[in-house]
Amino acid sequence: MTAFILKRLGFACVTLFGVLTVVFFIVRVLPGDPALIILGDQASQASIESLRARLGLDQPMIVQYFEFLGGVIVGDWGNSLVSGRPVIDEVLNVLPATIELTLVSLVIGTVLGIPLGIWSALRRNKFTDYVIRITSLLGLSLPAFVSGILLLIAFAIQLRWFPVISSGRGTTFADRASDLALPAINLGLIMAAYITRVARSAMLEVLNQDYVRTAEAKGLAFAVIVWRHCLRNALIPVVTVVGLYLGYLIGNSVLTEIVFNRPGLGKLIVGALNQRDYTMLQGMMVIYTLIVVLVNLVTDLVYGLIDPRIKYQ
Amino acid sequence: MSAPHLGPAARPASRLAYARRTLSAFGTGLFKAFNANKTSWVGLGIFLTVCLLAILAPWIAPYDPIDQSILFRLKPPSEAHWFGTDYYGRDTLSRILYGAQISLTIGLLAIGLALVVGTTIGMIAGYYGGALDVILMQIMDVLLAFPSLILGLFIVAMLGPSIENLIVAISVTAIPQFARIARAPTIAVKEREFVEAGRALGFSNRRLLAGHILPNILPEVMVMGSLYLATAIRVEASLAFIGLGVSPPTPTWGGMIREGFENILDSFWLAVFPSIAILIVVFSLNLLGDGLRDAIDPRLKGEE
Amino acid sequence: MRVLTVDDLTVSFRSERRWVQVINGVSFHIDSGETVAVVGESGSGKSVTALSIMRLLQKNVSRLSGRITLGDTELTGLSDQAMRDVRGADIGMIFQEPMTSLNPVLTAGFQVTEALRRHRGLSRGDARREALRLFDLVRIPDAARRFDQHPHTFSGGQRQRVMIAMAMACRPKLLIADEPTTALDVTIQAQILSLIADLQKEIGMAVMFITHDMGVVAEIADRVVVMLKGDKVEEGPVADVFAAPREPYTRMLLASVPRLGALGDTLTPRRFADLSAEAAAVDAAPAPPPQEPDKRGAPILTVDALTTRFAVRGGVLGRMVGKVHAVENVSFTVREGETLALVGESGCGKSTTGRSLLRLIEPASGAIRFEGRDVMAATPAEMRTVRRRMQMIFQDPFGSLNPRKTVGASIREPIMVHGLGSAAEAEARVADLLQRAGLTPEHALRFPHEFSGGQRQRVVIARGLALNPSLLVADESVSALDASVKAQVVNLLLDLQRDLGLAFVFISHDIAVVERISHRVAVMYLGEIVEIGPRASVLTSPRHPYTQKLIEAVPIADPAERQARKGLMTDEIRSAVRPLDYEPEPRRMIEVAPEHFVMEH
Repeated sequence: MTAFILKRLGFACVTLFGVLTVVFFIVRVLPGDPALIILGDQASQASIESLRARLGLDQPMIVQYFEFLGGVIVGDWGNSLVSGRPVIDEVLNVLPATIELTLVSLVIGTVLGIPLGIWSALRRNKFTDYVIRITSLLGLSLPAFVSGILLLIAFAIQLRWFPVISSGRGTTFADRASDLALPAINLGLIMAAYITRVARSAMLEVLNQDYVRTAEAKGLAFAVIVWRHCLRNALIPVVTVVGLYLGYLIGNSVLTEIVFNRPGLGKLIVGALNQRDYTMLQGMMVIYTLIVVLVNLVTDLVYGLIDPRIKYQ
Repeated sequence: MSAPHLGPAARPASRLAYARRTLSAFGTGLFKAFNANKTSWVGLGIFLTVCLLAILAPWIAPYDPIDQSILFRLKPPSEAHWFGTDYYGRDTLSRILYGAQISLTIGLLAIGLALVVGTTIGMIAGYYGGALDVILMQIMDVLLAFPSLILGLFIVAMLGPSIENLIVAISVTAIPQFARIARAPTIAVKEREFVEAGRALGFSNRRLLAGHILPNILPEVMVMGSLYLATAIRVEASLAFIGLGVSPPTPTWGGMIREGFENILDSFWLAVFPSIAILIVVFSLNLLGDGLRDAIDPRLKGEE
Repeated sequence: MRVLTVDDLTVSFRSERRWVQVINGVSFHIDSGETVAVVGESGSGKSVTALSIMRLLQKNVSRLSGRITLGDTELTGLSDQAMRDVRGADIGMIFQEPMTSLNPVLTAGFQVTEALRRHRGLSRGDARREALRLFDLVRIPDAARRFDQHPHTFSGGQRQRVMIAMAMACRPKLLIADEPTTALDVTIQAQILSLIADLQKEIGMAVMFITHDMGVVAEIADRVVVMLKGDKVEEGPVADVFAAPREPYTRMLLASVPRLGALGDTLTPRRFADLSAEAAAVDAAPAPPPQEPDKRGAPILTVDALTTRFAVRGGVLGRMVGKVHAVENVSFTVREGETLALVGESGCGKSTTGRSLLRLIEPASGAIRFEGRDVMAATPAEMRTVRRRMQMIFQDPFGSLNPRKTVGASIREPIMVHGLGSAAEAEARVADLLQRAGLTPEHALRFPHEFSGGQRQRVVIARGLALNPSLLVADESVSALDASVKAQVVNLLLDLQRDLGLAFVFISHDIAVVERISHRVAVMYLGEIVEIGPRASVLTSPRHPYTQKLIEAVPIADPAERQARKGLMTDEIRSAVRPLDYEPEPRRMIEVAPEHFVMEH
């Protein structure tokens, strides 16, 4: 198990290193001088030169690369070109709001998705199954901003149950909950749609396994077989997929935050895009990568806990 | 059984007969896959209808999609403008029809590109294995580590929003997915004895990859292609919604929703109609791909 | 006392909106303390019968009529709940695939205690004690430690022991064993068979033993029920059925089962008797087929000190931590028109040897000379020629043909690739090859899934012959086939050898088939050839202890020769994984009889 963890940790470091390299080279190598992108076509040669110097773009590529890597490791991600504040401060400032949103959505998605998927599998090709399958397919066909807008129109504008703009900074629990409700439901339902489908197919596969027949031959009650023999086996693929979809969830949190006008990484990244704040953008890529690599690591560890075959490797 | 009975009936089959047989078997296979899950037919029908409407847009759209008309700003749906008009008085229905062209072009080309590149990478990694596999897949994992929307957003932000750049950005997000999808069955098929038999018969690696492995993994890749086409169209719309779509005034669905969203308090239909358009296309592709996936799954696991 | 009565059992399955009857009114019974073997080839309905008794068939796609009675209880009339009280308590069942029949996420011990707690209402502690006793009973070594481990740490034979412990947990009146030894090696099979027989004596239960293997039937059964396509065709005491089978099908089945030792000390292979039903219908015992003529020529393949090793990786960085000595210092020759059989159990390196000959797996060292060429030093161009003259036929007739190509295209492809003729000539050759393999030219336009397993193997043989090889490496080529089909394919191979002067390296775990087809036999164990020599000499007077153990374990399809099993073995097949610095000490082969060599031990 220790070897397994160390191995995953090693892979995570390699991935992280790879992504940082990709980010660095996308910014430097792709056509378009960052200074020119930031200042626009009309800028004078002198102002471009001075910005290049400020950004360190006049130095050799290899020097820039190692300074970038070193900076990331010690937490120096540069300063925002717009606010002048350190990128890392800006990011850490809004990170809790995004994490809160993502975690609550994940919980909603799991709590809804796993039971629905299993129910659907147990009622295979019956009416319930049919309804759950079509609904979940519909759910994963909705872009997050579309479903967000529809929720907004229905519950905030028409019914006025929730605020149109969620500040994410409420002090009381009730405030926070009401701010969080619509964005979290939006993301959570989409996540539930994904998890439902994975849980269903995982369960269907497990139900066909020889060991289920063995358990039946032992005379165990069906509920016991499902609960004790099938569930844990079915969870193995679900965990993998939940890990994979977390990336998707983070992508969707951008759109959700925009639609509900909620502070978070999403608003930060779109602001950086509009204002061509490229150090900020670069920092955002780093933080997204960190999050995803971390999530993958946790997924692998959970996987190791559920599947005893990993432990002995 | 032992004595070979060579007789006048022993006429060898012609090459044409082989080709016909293989093609018809492919056709029947496809037909069966569609029939296994009737919803795939529904998905295909809807998707083809949308494609047809997009192609016919210049002839069937009631208005010019970029003609502005101050007199008809923000009109709700009416007989003259079925889906209403936007802030510049442009007809929403016409813009949706033309927007379909953009969505489908970007989606199809991006996924086509990703399918070819990604499948090649995945097959090579899976077939040769070893260090090549580790390196290629590690690169793919690096790309996969980014949420596809974030990666697409980053690339478009750096390259600038144009149709070509959107195609490149979206296909880059899909390439690692196709590489993964192609790699797994390549490894499974590689282990099957007919590939080893091919090696024993002196076939080259290229022949084995292109002639023996590819036809066996293609159904799976194509089905995933239809599902990723749905994702690509969704990502394109999301980028346009963030403001990284094809530049205005070219109509894009994501861009229309963005404009509608800005007027959401008084003219919510502006956001609703293009939303429904996206939903229909993405849902039809998901129906199509999902049904087909169910149909090909058992065949890939068991035997035909 | 009557334990099980099956009366007029009929089962149908729904397939694409139609109901297809798969069991047609089968009746039989089993008494307590009795072992009844239900025998049949694939598709005979023997497993369906077992699942019907357990009521484990999927409800919405199956229909069942007739009466199944266990003791005084009519199972067919029980509620689902009551049936669950019977399963695992009154009837225990073990399945064919030990590798997949245990739940991977639960410990082996827990899975045994489950039945105890469910049916005997034992407390957790009592159930554990009782399950530990069962672990000892089924002779799982080091039971106390193994108890809390997960199934993937157990070997196939041990898993089957766990399954048996589970099925026996509540001392059932009836044990149903569905091909329990088919997936196991022959020495492990012998252990499991004697374990079942022992436990039966101890508990006095009835056993329904489902198998396709007449050797196993002869070994274990009191009575036999023969099934064919959903019908019971014959039933009787095992001695009667084997001595005087009444039905043509039973006769054919028995004729197609090779009996070890039947060839005596002859030198050459012998075909199976004509197996067509018409021939079997003739009452008179058919004349035994003649011995094949000895047409062996000069040596064409010489293998010297062949060694193939695989790296075992582990640890954090995937460093090499050991090596599998898959093939170790193997030497032999094969003559023109000769069959050399490589026999041994799983993991002994026989398949790796076969693949190493064609360099499908790269050997680590050694010399291979084939038709005067040094294979190990061959350039890619020479290697193409080598692979033209030396062909391989694999085990799985489903896997070795590309499912997306017509069989004609599959056979034609190598001819075109090697430029052996124009397109038209290739077509004519395809037609000719198909006929040689006992098919017709019209089959060229069909796809592999339109053929039966035996026909597919014929197609594979036809493709192997397409390049005019002089040597065929046949890797378990008939192992996946039903007995009657197996016999036909063996006959085909012998025909081809006689007509074309082919040499074979015949890799098989099935010693009874090997006896039929081979001139010489090499026994492999842990990567090494421990004994090699003329077939009669090796099989009738084996000298190496492993060969002796192996041949002793082969069930003989003759109830009169049923061996009194001696002692209960629990030893496992050892693994050939060695530490990195391990170098095997060179061992000499000693000639114990003309051409018969045994490794010193």
